[in-house]
Amino acid sequence: MSRRSASGDLPQSLEVGRTYRIPLPALAAFSAVLVTVAAVLVFFVAPNDADQGFSQRIFYFHVSIALTAYACFAAGAWKALVHLWKRDPRADLESYVAVHQGVIFGSLVLMTGSIWAKISWGHWWLWSENQLVLFLVLFLFYAAYFMLRYSVDPGPQRANLSAVYALFGVVLIPVSFLAIRLAQHFIHPIVFTRHGPSFGGWILVTYCVAQVAMLVLAYTLYRVELAGKRLDARLRELKEVLA
Amino acid sequence: MTYARDVGALARKDLLLQLRAGDTLPAMLIFVVATFVVFHFALPSGSSDLAATGLLWVALVFTALLGLGRAFVPEREQGVLDGLVLAPCDRSAIWLGKAIAMLVFLVAAEVVALPVFALFFHQLPWAAVVGVVLADLGICTVGTFVGAMAVATRARDLLMPLLFLPLAIPLVIGGVGASVVSGPGRYLEFLALYDALFALLCWASFEYVVAE
Amino acid sequence: MLHARRLGKRFGEKRVLRGVDLDLEHGGFLVVTGPNGSGKTTLLRICAGLARPTEGDLERTATRARIGYLGHEPLVYRELTGLENLDLYGKLYRVPERRERVGMLLERFGLWEARHQRVGAYSRGMTQRLALCRVLLHDPALLVLDEPYTALDAAGAELLDAQLAELRGERTCLVSTHDPARIEPLQTAALGLVA
Repeated sequence: MSRRSASGDLPQSLEVGRTYRIPLPALAAFSAVLVTVAAVLVFFVAPNDADQGFSQRIFYFHVSIALTAYACFAAGAWKALVHLWKRDPRADLESYVAVHQGVIFGSLVLMTGSIWAKISWGHWWLWSENQLVLFLVLFLFYAAYFMLRYSVDPGPQRANLSAVYALFGVVLIPVSFLAIRLAQHFIHPIVFTRHGPSFGGWILVTYCVAQVAMLVLAYTLYRVELAGKRLDARLRELKEVLA
Repeated sequence: MTYARDVGALARKDLLLQLRAGDTLPAMLIFVVATFVVFHFALPSGSSDLAATGLLWVALVFTALLGLGRAFVPEREQGVLDGLVLAPCDRSAIWLGKAIAMLVFLVAAEVVALPVFALFFHQLPWAAVVGVVLADLGICTVGTFVGAMAVATRARDLLMPLLFLPLAIPLVIGGVGASVVSGPGRYLEFLALYDALFALLCWASFEYVVAE
Repeated sequence: MLHARRLGKRFGEKRVLRGVDLDLEHGGFLVVTGPNGSGKTTLLRICAGLARPTEGDLERTATRARIGYLGHEPLVYRELTGLENLDLYGKLYRVPERRERVGMLLERFGLWEARHQRVGAYSRGMTQRLALCRVLLHDPALLVLDEPYTALDAAGAELLDAQLAELRGERTCLVSTHDPARIEPLQTAALGLVA
């Protein structure tokens, strides 16, 4: 005869967080400092570009934000892999938040790129800018990620589908980039040339600081959003138990 | 090899289902020809041949989308997917069998569509046809996979184009490039690369789309 | 054959199953009862391998090839004929002497005459009988049946009774039902779930 055990105790928490070594308040403060330093360097310290003058400065942020977005998508894909492979119950939410940060920073890439294009070339959009076009495609792809997620009820299926889609995204990034580069040969001849900055002295320092600042900012926002979502989930869980 | 036999049995099942349903292929044919007519009126006079070729690829992608959206409908509507998932065969066989069946239908539609295009617009270079074949592989592998995902959601056919189109953009680029450029080799190679990469990814991850 | 400890399942924050213990030995016949919403279907899906528990442990010695599951849906294609459906499953389950076995089952459940008709044309009772054929086709060691009697007509129910009686002792059965009295003579254990 089999029996059923009574279970009146509180359920094991759904969203057991990770213990992080760097506490969030310290991280946030550090992030604020870094971003300020980066802004100062970009706007006041870095030398003026010979061709484009002041407008070129936005490029420090544009490029560093772009790389940060790639890093976020990669992190999202990594967490997705952890979810599928190790069945870590925390990984699904972490993957989602990482992708979310990637989309936020991706939107910023599109915005900074558009502003730069307007200032430098007089157009709000340039199909000849490969990076910009790539981010447009990725933005569409990851926007669909959220539609996918909202369209499935919470549970293992939603987590699996999101994870697989995040993996597809990360494969799409290099494939799309290759395609867009190939497309330039028959869509637009490369009209707008830009002298690459000679990476010496202050230019390099400014860029590196901006890059680190953006990465740290992204990580901070990731931790903040994750903490908020975990709290929400725990609250809903407790409400459900008490109901 | 039992995997091949499983895929064969499943592909045969999918072909039978689509043939019995009887509406997918006619709909795709009518759709693609109607689209060509729309394109004729959408292209102002003086448009180059190249513009029409580009639009061919638009037509192909959207025709494929029409067919792919219905790929997993019988499984989800009747819950039969559980039955397939329970079977001891590898879950990726479910995807591969269906992708093969979809490919047959897409090629069948193109066998009509491409000559009609040549009739309405202009003759297609051989590289374009090779490009179509390569792109079909990518469309069917990725499209079937994404169709399985879409059909698991509430939004179903609303989501299918959203999931599929961003992934199809590289295929369109490769296809159009192969059709219009004088040295199409690069584009055909790119299409082959896309096919290989995404087929591998689909094959490895389909398990997680249908099973917990 | 099947052992579970403190099995739990949740979808997001919604808990469907909590703290279930289950022991089913080889040749056993476990009957699961409970009101709607108590998680019977979820429990059976977990035992059949269609779902994973979010808490607790499940030990199952049968592989996928040796499990037969009957859920609320018959899991057959309406556009295919009865014969084509069983043929497909027979191939997927690598059933030896497939044609003979399919024929034998169709005959036993009174579907031989209808075998070339599309399942869409079958009555509800016939569809459920076909589903039973599908479940038994590969001679599973573990049978997981979720309310198998619901869609059956009287004749079909008798066939199922006979079939279950035949399998008893040789095969392991896990059956959920709203009518436990019917299969009480066969059962070796019972499990009652509470919503």
